[in-house]
Amino acid sequence: MDLAWLGAGIGAGIAVIGAGLGIGKLAGSALEAMGRQPEAAGAIRTAMIIAAALIEGIAFFALVICILLAVKA
Amino acid sequence: MYHTVIETLSAADTLKQAGGSDSGWILHHVMDSHTLDFEPFFSIQLPHLEIFGIDISITKYIFFMWIVALLLFIILYIVSRKYKSTLIPKGISNIVEITVLFVRDEIVKPTIGKGYEKFLPYLLTVFFFILLSNMFGLIPYAVTITGNIAVTAALAAISFIAIQLGGIKSHGAWGYFKGLIPSGMPPWILIILIPLEILGLFTKPFALCIRLFANMIAGHVVILSLLGLIFILQTAFVAPVSIAFAIFIYLLELLVALIQAYIFTILTSLFIGMAVHQEH
Repeated sequence: MDLAWLGAGIGAGIAVIGAGLGIGKLAGSALEAMGRQPEAAGAIRTAMIIAAALIEGIAFFALVICILLAVKA
Repeated sequence: MYHTVIETLSAADTLKQAGGSDSGWILHHVMDSHTLDFEPFFSIQLPHLEIFGIDISITKYIFFMWIVALLLFIILYIVSRKYKSTLIPKGISNIVEITVLFVRDEIVKPTIGKGYEKFLPYLLTVFFFILLSNMFGLIPYAVTITGNIAVTAALAAISFIAIQLGGIKSHGAWGYFKGLIPSGMPPWILIILIPLEILGLFTKPFALCIRLFANMIAGHVVILSLLGLIFILQTAFVAPVSIAFAIFIYLLELLVALIQAYIFTILTSLFIGMAVHQEH
């Protein structure tokens, strides 16, 4: 029971690290691209938000598993 | 903001009476129930209804979903009536027209492309419904209906049907499902690819459902947890910090409410666009 909580906590932490790295890298590249080509900023922003949402979705899959673990325990 | 404080206060009282259960009171606020809580003042018991053993009672979430739907209908009906007399927008028509144009020109047109008009009514409905219900949940005593997984699952299921129907209508049933698999693949790879593509059909709406639900519920849980710190640590000195952070998260939630409505709509229309224009 306690180990399930531990696992859920560690799992959530790792999932958040991954998502944070992904979104950080994405935002960094997008800002760089906007800096190089300010006229394409709108298109880049749209693509950035879509990609960020997809990364977030994967992180949420992991978090849902963690929640299920924590609730089951 | 005020309602969360009051809710937390009353929740802390019940917590003390129950004598434990650390986070149960947070879950209580994000779970469906048969009572409408207006806590320090009064609460309304909603009746249980059952037909053929199936529970169809009007719960907290259904009640607020109907309110949001009614509100949306009234607002949009008034605006559409105004356009009958004059095409120049005034008052509330201004903001609705800007939003409709934003959804059409920034979301639907670039992602679906040719033949976007057929899907525009559905995507506009979804955008306005999610936007209004996200915003409505930030009003004191209201409930964020998109913070319930059943509501988002229903929205995602409708999106799933729209995606499949869009694909089938433009390619025919056989053409659409055949088009999911890239042509010119060696036969042995199909064994892996076919189950993967079938799974891919379902993970898209599943991700839509989970994303909206988790985003909307996360903010509320964070606000409640921050305020709960005061009662967990049992000192008034953390209150200024807790409340400052809670207000910050609350303002962030306003942004998230808009972004999530945008993301749900743009992803749905992106998937519809991918189904309608298969390029392999």
